[in-house]
Amino acid sequence: MLELKNYRTQVHNDWCPGCGDFGIVNAIQMTLLEMQLEPHRIGLFSGIGCSGKTPHFVNAYGFHTLHGRVLPIATGAKLANPSLTVIAVGGDGDGLGIGAGHFVNTGRRNLDFTYVLHDNGVYGLTKGQASPTLPKGLKTKSMPAPSIVEGINPIAMAIASGYTFVARSYALDVRHLKATLRAAIEHRGSAFVDVLQTCPTYNDINTKEWYAGDDLPSKAPRLYKLEETGYDGRVADPTVRDETNSKKGNALLKSFEWGEKIPIGVFFKMEVATFEDQLANRMPALKEKPFVEHDIYSRDISPLLDELA
Amino acid sequence: MVNSFTWMIGGPQGSGINSVAENFAKACIRGGLHVFANIEYHSNIKGEHSYYRLRVDSREPRSHVDWVDLLVALDRETMFGDLNKVHPTHRGHRHEISPGGGIIYDSGLKLQPESFGRDDIKLFPVPYMDLLIDALKEFGKDKELSKYQVMVNTIALGASIGLVDYDFDLATEAIKEGFTGRKAALGDLNISAARHGYDYAKKMFGQNAFPIKLRKQPLGAKRMMIRGVQAIAIGKLKAGCGFQTYYPITPATDESEYLESHQPDYNMIVVQAEDEISAINMATGAAHAGLRSSTSTSGPGFSLMAEGLGWAGITEAPGPVIILWQRAGPATGLPTRTEQADLRFALHAAHGEFPRIIIAPGDVAECFYDTFDAFNYAERYQVPVIILADKFLASTYKDIPLFNTDGMKVDRGDLVQEADLAKSPDYKRYQFTDLGISPRARPGLKGGVFWTTGDEHDEYGHITEAADLRVRMMKKRMNKVELASQVIPNSKKAILHGPTSAPITLVGWGSTKGAILDGMEDLRADGIETNFLQIRYVNPFPTDFVQKVLSSSRRTVAVENNYSGQMAGLIRERTGIAIDSKVVKFDGRPFSQNEVYEGVKDVVRDGAKEVTLSHA
Repeated sequence: MLELKNYRTQVHNDWCPGCGDFGIVNAIQMTLLEMQLEPHRIGLFSGIGCSGKTPHFVNAYGFHTLHGRVLPIATGAKLANPSLTVIAVGGDGDGLGIGAGHFVNTGRRNLDFTYVLHDNGVYGLTKGQASPTLPKGLKTKSMPAPSIVEGINPIAMAIASGYTFVARSYALDVRHLKATLRAAIEHRGSAFVDVLQTCPTYNDINTKEWYAGDDLPSKAPRLYKLEETGYDGRVADPTVRDETNSKKGNALLKSFEWGEKIPIGVFFKMEVATFEDQLANRMPALKEKPFVEHDIYSRDISPLLDELA
Repeated sequence: MVNSFTWMIGGPQGSGINSVAENFAKACIRGGLHVFANIEYHSNIKGEHSYYRLRVDSREPRSHVDWVDLLVALDRETMFGDLNKVHPTHRGHRHEISPGGGIIYDSGLKLQPESFGRDDIKLFPVPYMDLLIDALKEFGKDKELSKYQVMVNTIALGASIGLVDYDFDLATEAIKEGFTGRKAALGDLNISAARHGYDYAKKMFGQNAFPIKLRKQPLGAKRMMIRGVQAIAIGKLKAGCGFQTYYPITPATDESEYLESHQPDYNMIVVQAEDEISAINMATGAAHAGLRSSTSTSGPGFSLMAEGLGWAGITEAPGPVIILWQRAGPATGLPTRTEQADLRFALHAAHGEFPRIIIAPGDVAECFYDTFDAFNYAERYQVPVIILADKFLASTYKDIPLFNTDGMKVDRGDLVQEADLAKSPDYKRYQFTDLGISPRARPGLKGGVFWTTGDEHDEYGHITEAADLRVRMMKKRMNKVELASQVIPNSKKAILHGPTSAPITLVGWGSTKGAILDGMEDLRADGIETNFLQIRYVNPFPTDFVQKVLSSSRRTVAVENNYSGQMAGLIRERTGIAIDSKVVKFDGRPFSQNEVYEGVKDVVRDGAKEVTLSHA
């Protein structure tokens, strides 16, 4: 029986007090514990920025990659060894700014892995510039002027890109986040989780209090759970085009709800063949074992030479 | 004259010059002859002028020559150029025809003999369309002429074989091989077209119309017709590479397509990435995960890979092997033309300092052997390895003996297993060891959990900014090139071809090897004795050997397919020796045998410091 300590390292954590990253790393560790996944079967990948440090705090194979390149590196490792549970984490600037091309194209492949977006509207480690998810017109603490460009809607972008599991959660609701992460990891295909997160140092607008609705006349929390409203984003039969399209349409509509009410939960889910499944159809040997476990010492190239002779 | 022949076919892109030239080459090889075949084409899908040269000889040709003995023109432009255009680019190939040589062209063009401006060449007008219609009639397809119009190329092939009086059956065999299965009927149609061209040439021009003949020679050991992209791809397959990434780019893509078409037999994942940034990072991810991996690109793509290369360097990834098919730059440059101008770029790409191994194979065979070695080095030293090839090597066909794989051994370096890990807990991926290389685990192994980061790190792979650790880690990484240098035999790193005592030493690297070797023979015939220092390893650099060879030479001449003589500069940096003269070519075309001869002769005769060539 694995315990929480089996998923922790002794590495000094230098995130700001109250950072939403704590909630995310705790939720990841608790999810792995709940699933009793062995640390050596897990690959945890990150980009650059505050969230980039995440793998160092988790006892699992950890890859702290380049700014925006977490998805390609995670993809390469997963394809080399599909038996690994691969989780990628990254900031909103990492995934939707510098890495936006990878975000879109990774969704298209439907690799069996999970991508967790730390979505706090700012570039923290470079001291609070606007990130791609910051809505137009807002000016957070260290910005010289309000943003004059539209914010990206990560949920809509994920659905349009082809992620087959698209959900949103909140870093300070570890219980909900843990359940969402578990569903994402258990999903066969590319799972995307947009995690709304506070940055107590630089985002003085989307604060804990703001999410709690303290500024609203009703004082009601902004976040509400989709599953509690009867919303169902699961596609029962992906071969039925109409159902797939209408579920995607519903999810897109929902994803644009923002302001006094913000939905969290699973927006969209559909199980179809993964990238690995399709590769295995071409190369049946992939079904037997990952290519990292194949013998490469005695490959015979003579048929290729004869073909050219 | 017998069995010393150069042939060229030219026409608009899309007119099928490749298949015809390759069939001709194949027919020659099957007859015991040797070939060297290279193509020049535009960045265009259909319509622009392209041409394919085929050099056939009884001895192995290693380069092309400037002249053409028999030109096949599929259109007017091939002969006369495009001088009628607002922005003309060339004046046609009729000037390149050797005295006594000839042109096969469409009699339907109704050209007057005077219009060729030469009275020392023979004209062989052939009614392409009439012959094609005759050929189609035999199959009842003459009503579908427009569908089969491209087959005039095969008529011209038949006529060429007729003029040089070569064995027609060998051509039949070559054509047939290109059309198997459902396409077999098309093969018969093509053979008939070739036959019509052949018979026409025999009948109309007679037995002795053309002065050069091709005759079969006794076949020696089996040979194959292969180009650089295939040789490197096969090297990867032999090395056990299981993962290839790419983004479409000339001239690299053919390599990935070759691999993808053979993937089920060799269990190789080939991924078309969204860009080269992704391509290199996926490959590095796979390498860290324990699978031999590779990516392939040309200059513009490699520019995007710089960042990922640095990550592979600092994380001591066991690869990837990166194939850099150089083409003429910068930016888009001459996208379908060759150049050797990325030597310095390969050496210095990415910020900061980290080890890398760079090999520059000189010919198709070396492409195979060097690629195989590259994977061993990548895993043994946990470094990225770059193979510097170019468009010329990529697309040039040669006939060579089958690769000899005896003694080729996959060496995965210090790759630990679960049993090893169980014996020594507290595994550290970046452990300082006496040898200077850390034992390497891979994700999935129990007891091998590690961290890796593009930040400076401690032995576990956790971030550090400690000054002392930084110094130790830098030394550990940077020393790996020296470790590699000690193990890689000097005989692989650089080769001195020709007499040791020659007063003049030509220095080159990569694909100029063939033209230099052939050019040396012309120089010798002219009383100029040279040898040739081929530098095959850019890093680790064979400093001592290069120093020894160059300091005992009276005169040194760098021959490079670039503007600035990048290798000459590197030699000066590493050895302190200034190369006396440079013979350079940067028009996007490869050196011919004649250009090497002419360039070196200019240097010897006039003492020129620098000669720029562009016979095109």
